[in-house]
Amino acid sequence: MAVNSLYKKSIVSAKDLSLEEWRLIVSTAQRFKAGKPTLSLKDKVIAHCFFESSTRTRLSFEAATLRLGGKVIGFTNSDDLSTQKGETLYDTMRVIAGYSDLIVIRHPLEGAAALSKEAASCPVINAGDGANQHPTQALLDLFAIQECQKDINGLSIALVGDLKYGRTIHSFTELCSLFDVRLYLVSPETLALPESVCDIMKKRGIRFSFHQSLEDVIPKVDVLYMTRIQQERFSRSEYQLVRDQFILTPGVLLKAKPHLKILHPLPRVNEISKEVDETPYAYYFEQAANAVPVRQALLSLILNENLGI
Amino acid sequence: MSETLPVSAIKNGTVIDHIAPGQALRIIHLLGLQNSTNKVTIGLHLPSKSMGSKDLIKIESRILSDAEANEIVVFSPAATINVIRDFEVQEKVRTRLPSSMKRVFLCPNSACITHSESVASYFYIAEDRKQIKLTCHYCEKSFDRDQVRVSI
Repeated sequence: MAVNSLYKKSIVSAKDLSLEEWRLIVSTAQRFKAGKPTLSLKDKVIAHCFFESSTRTRLSFEAATLRLGGKVIGFTNSDDLSTQKGETLYDTMRVIAGYSDLIVIRHPLEGAAALSKEAASCPVINAGDGANQHPTQALLDLFAIQECQKDINGLSIALVGDLKYGRTIHSFTELCSLFDVRLYLVSPETLALPESVCDIMKKRGIRFSFHQSLEDVIPKVDVLYMTRIQQERFSRSEYQLVRDQFILTPGVLLKAKPHLKILHPLPRVNEISKEVDETPYAYYFEQAANAVPVRQALLSLILNENLGI
Repeated sequence: MSETLPVSAIKNGTVIDHIAPGQALRIIHLLGLQNSTNKVTIGLHLPSKSMGSKDLIKIESRILSDAEANEIVVFSPAATINVIRDFEVQEKVRTRLPSSMKRVFLCPNSACITHSESVASYFYIAEDRKQIKLTCHYCEKSFDRDQVRVSI
């Protein structure tokens, strides 16, 4: 019988995942997507601890849990919690672990998921910790690439926008080390990928280069991964300047490869114009729809030792 | 002028020599020597042929554990540690960079959870292009050794 190394495993960082585990998640998610579920979450209680607001991540985890027959407890902001009375996150997580089979946590502070893993007696999934990691988003992003391009190996991928503070990007680049990919990093100089993340990529043999022009990179890539540039990182005039440099319109895509696909973790503000939605390149809504089967796969593999196939 | 250093010899104990200038006081705190009853001699910014300037610590009646000796390397990779018996060097301690250290450093990332919870800091340690790099176990950020303050 195939070994499920994800059973009872916490997913705090993208580096927690091996290539074998990635393959297992993909094959399981594909079965869920095809309507052939073999695993369930019957009698399981999943605690959704969202100390910070979330729409897509929270609802897709909730949908994944409910579709597999599991139950959800939790909260969507920390205003009414004992943490407001001074209780530590460590104690809170230790207590919630006693009520549940698995904890999904989003928290504004970096390292909150790693600390929760130490506190909890049940597995913990990081649904975003500050600007650090968002490993399940990276999983569904790469799953979307696998679905639309059939093979991740050999692809050229451009990462565009806020590469400094984007937690999804940090997890995505780490997960890329499982594959043979070439990355084009397109951002304003002030929002370039942190040196520490670049060092990790160098050590793992990922080829990458820095760029400041979207037009130069588009003809070379198979996947264009857009992210939002956050206004609060800039003064008003600087924001106007950098924002306009990275707006994707059908005109910018004239020299794109025919099979190019555009991804975005959403929400978008104005970095992808609405007209792009009608082009064959747009794949961000399909990408978002993959959130449920990928999270179904992850939850069910962590909570079922037997793969049921 | 005499070249002899104005530092007294010790009968039994440990001499930590060739410490990078400015690091001796950190090593004193790392080893908890400020609170111990051992006699300690500290030399700061002493002349050194190989280093130009160095710090030095002599600890009477204390032999360091391997873990303690290894932690000193994080502060001063070139430091030499000798065990003294009857005023003679009995053993040159071989050190290696520890793979991790708990409690010693403060994470420079203000958004790191270690600043808001009572949790011991935990850093992974590695050498990269002759620079000692520290990576926070919690927030996963990496820093040069000199960027990271010590909590001791």
